[in-house]
Amino acid sequence: MSATAVKQPNWFARLAHPGQFLAWTRFVVWPLAVATAISFAAGLWFAFLNSPEDYQMGDMVRVMYVHVPNAWLSQLVYGVMFAAALGSLVWRHPLADVANKAAAPLGAAFTALALYTGALWGRPTWGTFWEWDGRMTSTLVLLLIYLGIIALRRAYDDQIKAGRIVAIVTLIGGINIPIVKFSVDWWNTLHQGSSILTASGPKMPMSLLLPLLLMLLAFTLLFSLLQVVRMRTEILRRRAESMSRQAALGATR
Amino acid sequence: MIGDGAHIPFIAGSYVGVAVLVVGLLAYVVWDSLRVKRQLAELEKAGIRRRSADAASTRTDTP
Repeated sequence: MSATAVKQPNWFARLAHPGQFLAWTRFVVWPLAVATAISFAAGLWFAFLNSPEDYQMGDMVRVMYVHVPNAWLSQLVYGVMFAAALGSLVWRHPLADVANKAAAPLGAAFTALALYTGALWGRPTWGTFWEWDGRMTSTLVLLLIYLGIIALRRAYDDQIKAGRIVAIVTLIGGINIPIVKFSVDWWNTLHQGSSILTASGPKMPMSLLLPLLLMLLAFTLLFSLLQVVRMRTEILRRRAESMSRQAALGATR
Repeated sequence: MIGDGAHIPFIAGSYVGVAVLVVGLLAYVVWDSLRVKRQLAELEKAGIRRRSADAASTRTDTP
């Protein structure tokens, strides 16, 4: 074997290289957009026209089809940011910070929607828009963490330093995710426990579960689409900033 | 069972709120993407190239 042989990067490293990422995601955006639109159309059709009322909640059960997917995404997006923060701090991967930055506003939006739809669901079913119980309070804390991370990044001019500090804060903030998840088991709460991922299987009939799963798929695809487009935009933004700096340096020489 | 007529505003409010924020988010993401692409195109039009692009072209030009 030649002494000058260079170790080839593995497939993941190749896919995750910013230039390569821009190249292969170009072919992903439109299929993702179409799949998202189809999933939403099917999910909304089932949610409004082909699912029964709940025997207790009546038509209010239809709020579940937008509340649960947003609540699921509020935690999933944080999971993505947590993994990105690890990638940023441990492997110093250039795309990891891009992924973290792209996901934060999306996570904040989905968490805000989970709180909003939860409040509207709570008023007729529990008699209150808001209760300071474990699930709702920890979800509000999650929203504040998202907003804090966005504000923290904007507070720094040096994006490398900002990325490192945001990654550390993201890892610390990750403590809140198990609290959100298990709050309904740990404390007495108005909020119902898990009804899909349980040891004995889903606790709801297929007629309610199918629209919920379709809406979960639609919102997850929506997040994937927005995340890919935002990551592409962020890579191009960094490229443009680097070119502007280069031009400014050239002008001063 | 909850009487449904009185709760239509809550159901409609949930879906309309979600739709407004999701459409707003989509519009912002597309607008931001187009803005950055335009900015990049203007820089390239002004003859500014990335250092890595310069290096790549030098490598190909040089035998």
